[in-house]
Order: sequence, then structure tokens, then C-alpha cells
Amino acid sequence: MSAPTATTESLEVRVKRLEQEKAALEQELRALRLEQSITLTASAPLAHSTNGEGAKNDLQGVPSSSTVFTPFEKVAALTNPEIARYGRQLILPGFGIQAQMDLRNCSMLVVGAGGLGASCALYLGAAGVGRLGIVDHDTVDISNLHRQVIHNEARQGMSKARSAALSVQLLNPHCEVVVHELVLESSNAQDIINAYDIIIDATDNVATRYLLNDASVLGQKPLVSGSALRLDGQLTIYNYRGGPCYRCLFPTPPPSETVTNCSDGGVLGVVPGIVGCLQALEAIKVATGLNKEDPPTMTLFSANSSTMFRTIKLRKRKAECIMCGDSPTITKLIDYVRFCGSSATDKTPDLFLIPYNERITCQSYEELLKCRVPHLLLDVREKVQFDICSLPSSLNIPLKALPNELEKVKANLEGQADRPVYVVCRRGNDSQPAVRILQENGITTGEVKDIVGGLERWSNTIDPDFPKY
Amino acid sequence: MSQSNTTLRIELQFSGGMELLFDNQKTIHAKVPAFFPLDDSAEEKHAATIRDLISWTASNLLKERPELFIGADGSVRSGILVLVNGADWELEGELDYELEDRDEIVFISTLHGG
Repeated sequence: MSAPTATTESLEVRVKRLEQEKAALEQELRALRLEQSITLTASAPLAHSTNGEGAKNDLQGVPSSSTVFTPFEKVAALTNPEIARYGRQLILPGFGIQAQMDLRNCSMLVVGAGGLGASCALYLGAAGVGRLGIVDHDTVDISNLHRQVIHNEARQGMSKARSAALSVQLLNPHCEVVVHELVLESSNAQDIINAYDIIIDATDNVATRYLLNDASVLGQKPLVSGSALRLDGQLTIYNYRGGPCYRCLFPTPPPSETVTNCSDGGVLGVVPGIVGCLQALEAIKVATGLNKEDPPTMTLFSANSSTMFRTIKLRKRKAECIMCGDSPTITKLIDYVRFCGSSATDKTPDLFLIPYNERITCQSYEELLKCRVPHLLLDVREKVQFDICSLPSSLNIPLKALPNELEKVKANLEGQADRPVYVVCRRGNDSQPAVRILQENGITTGEVKDIVGGLERWSNTIDPDFPKY
Repeated sequence: MSQSNTTLRIELQFSGGMELLFDNQKTIHAKVPAFFPLDDSAEEKHAATIRDLISWTASNLLKERPELFIGADGSVRSGILVLVNGADWELEGELDYELEDRDEIVFISTLHGG
């Protein structure tokens, strides 16, 4: 460093310069300590696999939910390091120092550190949001990483909220990140939401979406909502400048059988990434007033369509809406799991459609294979899943096609009218209605049973070499 | 009456997974009857509305599981948003909107994944 000598520099300037250097070094030190804590985490992954207790000690720099209720302190000016960091935004016409200050003095809550939350939280943190809360109850799993790029290989088993907070801190230590390691529910949502200026719905299930809507209406917060599945995404700002709330558009929740999660429907990783970026953009526009003239819209993203983006005009707030209308009948949070008939996570629940004595375990099926009992193994997964992996000599007819393909099943009994039929699927859910269909149509005089737990359990208990996806 | 008076050219679009119910077709160019009910003996006929379009689509185009498309009162099931020429159908009169030749009607299933 070519610092000026003491003779050409006044004592006062020298003190200031050294203080700045010290602050910069301290910041670098904090970043390095965080980096170090992650390396330690990677070498002892079990510390995080149960309840995240081990992670807490590593994260001194990241406040957890109790601190959220300390008031968010606004500032009157940016520091020099902040000006250096945000320079490219500061010189942007129509944005500039005022918008950057608005961001700095804004607090935002990202609910969900999954595919949407990953890109959203990273960009919001990087852009200079003053305080960023991150809510997630789940832990990092290897099957998340194709889309949830805020986490990484070394953080498997770690709390997603903590992992996301770490990544944001590493990217921008000026952003104050608050970790909310919990399931957002009626009992805790209102207090958390009230503590932030803008709420970002990056969740993965219907129940939490209604919960967030209602809590945002009650707390008078704009709600930047995104969703993604397969190759499609959707984006709307609810409860904002006379626009609708989620309930204005969707007064009743969809029947639970019409709701598909990413784990069952599949999702191309970059799709939620794009929607999450759009959510970050919209949140920045709300915080800085860039979009204050815009009418309410919904943006539809369709990756495999000739027009990838489409923006549609939405209705205004409905006067008769039971939540945000002129005389609302909902004045406090309700039981959303009951209201939606589905759980507040995106995990696929186990189905219990047929009694246990009409099912067989993986172990019994393996016995049957060993004894070479003649039978038909029917795999009712979609073809795209069957193509990944399947058990030898299984016949693939997807559940949806089964009612029209019963003749094909019969043909595969090879003339033996009492040949038993065993049905398998990914987790042992779809196989149950398939058993009913086969029984109702008298496919065989032998037994028709399905394999409890499906191929996932087969891999877990019988054949560890059988892939899981 | 000539053919052009008895049918309307309607572009139907399906998105957000709705296309899976229509044999994976995202767009269907349909010729929809201009007047309902279709029964010839009906004394009074009315110009086709979205309500008519929904039931006509369900009987003529839907490939599977009508309960994933149709809801109560002849409307679509909850969780489906309908667009009329690029705008929320509630701005256009919802079920009672009268179809016009070359209208574009979009059925979008809301997504919840993330």
C-alpha cells in the first residue's frame, strides 16, 4: 500500500483513513470467519442432521428469530463501503441514491428458502436490503440442489434458513439477516410478518399461501407472491395499492387432489430461479416506489412456450372479499391446514386407501422373488419415471392409463387365470387405487396386492443399489 | 344460417398444468356453437357465454377427469383463473361474458410449488 507519509497527511486525515481500513478489515474478517464456520460444518455434517443445535454455535454473525423484534434502525446516509458496493445501482438513472437508501431502510421477509427463495434472497441481499428475514423449517437435501442454489453440497442436513442466511452474509455483510427456523403457522405468523415492511411468498404449499395472504392483509403488508412447477411460473403482488388479495382471486382453496408439488410433478431447476429473481425485482420496485403507477397484474412464465412471459391485467380488490373487502369476516388468522385440507409442507403424505392385509411388504415380495413364484409385477408410475429405474420384468402401465389398458394386463398373465398381480409405484400411494381398479375388473382370480412403501422403500430396505429420485 | 353465423372461432389456451387434461395441447383452435342450448327443440336460445363454453369444452375437448376442470355452478373448479383476451375474466363479467368471434380464452391452473 502506498500510503502518504505522515508529513504530507494531517493527523486527523490519518486517523480517519486508518479507521476506514480497520472497518474494511473487520468486515473481511467477519466474512472469513463465516467461510471458516462453513468449512467446519462440512467436516462434521452430523452436527446438523438432527435439530441444528450444532449449527447455532457456528453462526454468531447471524441473528436468529428472537432478535427480529429489536427495532430495525434506519439510517440517514450510506457509508463509503456501501457506496463503493452499490455504485452501479447508484449511477443508474431512475434509481440512484434515493432508491438505494429506500432499500437500505427497508426490511423484507422471504418465506421459504427453496427454489424461489434461493435466487430471491441472494439478489435481495446483494442489492442492499437493510434487513432480510428468512423463514424455513426444512433442512438441505441433495435433491434440492439442482434448483436451490443458495445452499450447497457441504450443507446437507443443515437448516435451510441458516444455510440461506450464511450465503447472503457471505455475499453481502452489510445486509442484516434474521433466521426464522420454524414452520410458519397461525400462532406465530402475525408477529413475524408485522416486523417487516414487505413479505415475499416463496413457499411450496397452499395452506401457507393462504396464511401469508391473510397475515399480510391483517398486517397491511404488500405480498410478493411467486410459484413454480415443471416448466411454468407465476408472479403477482397481492394486497398492494388497491389490487386484489389472494382470496379475491381464489376465494376457495383448490381440491387437494388438484395440487401438485415439485417432488411429484417435477421442476426444471432454473424455472423457480427465474421466478425468484422476478420476485426480488418486484420487491425492490415496491420498496423504492418504482412501480407505483402500475395496475395489478399477474405475470405468467412458461419456459417451453413461444411467448415465455405474459402479463395479464387483474381485477382490483373485491369489495365483497371476506379478507380484504369492505366488511371482512376474517379478522384473525384461522386454521389453514383444515381450511385447505392439505398440510403446510410440500411433503407427500402416505395414503391409506386399502387395508394392510391387501398389501405386501418389500421383504415378502423379495421372498416371493427368491422362491420364483410366478406372478405379474405391474409398475403404475408415469413412463418418464419408469425410464429412470425399474424392477426386472415389471410391466409399466401408468395409473392414469390403467382403466383403458386392462386387456394388456390380462395378456401378461400368460394364460394363467389365477396368476397373482403385484402393483408397485414410487412410494406406495398410486399403487393402492391401482389395486382397486384391478380388483373391480376381476383381472385375476389370484391375489392382487400392492407393495407397501413402493420402490423408495425397496431401495431403503432391500436393495441399496436401486436408485432413488 | 351460414356456418360463420352458427359457430365462433375461439382460441382456447391452457397453462399451469391445465394442458395435461387436454392431451398436452397448450392451444386449441375451437369452433364453438354461437347459440345455446344446443337442443334444437329449445324455444329460446341465447348467445354463447363463458358458462356455455366451459360445459362445451368439458364435453367436447376434455380428455380426462372432469372434476379437475369443472367446479360448482357450471364454473371452473377453484384454483383455475380464466382470462378473456388477456384480462382477468372478472373484469369482463365472469360466467356471463358473451363470446365473440376470435376471442382468446385462457384457463390457468394456479401453481403452488416453490
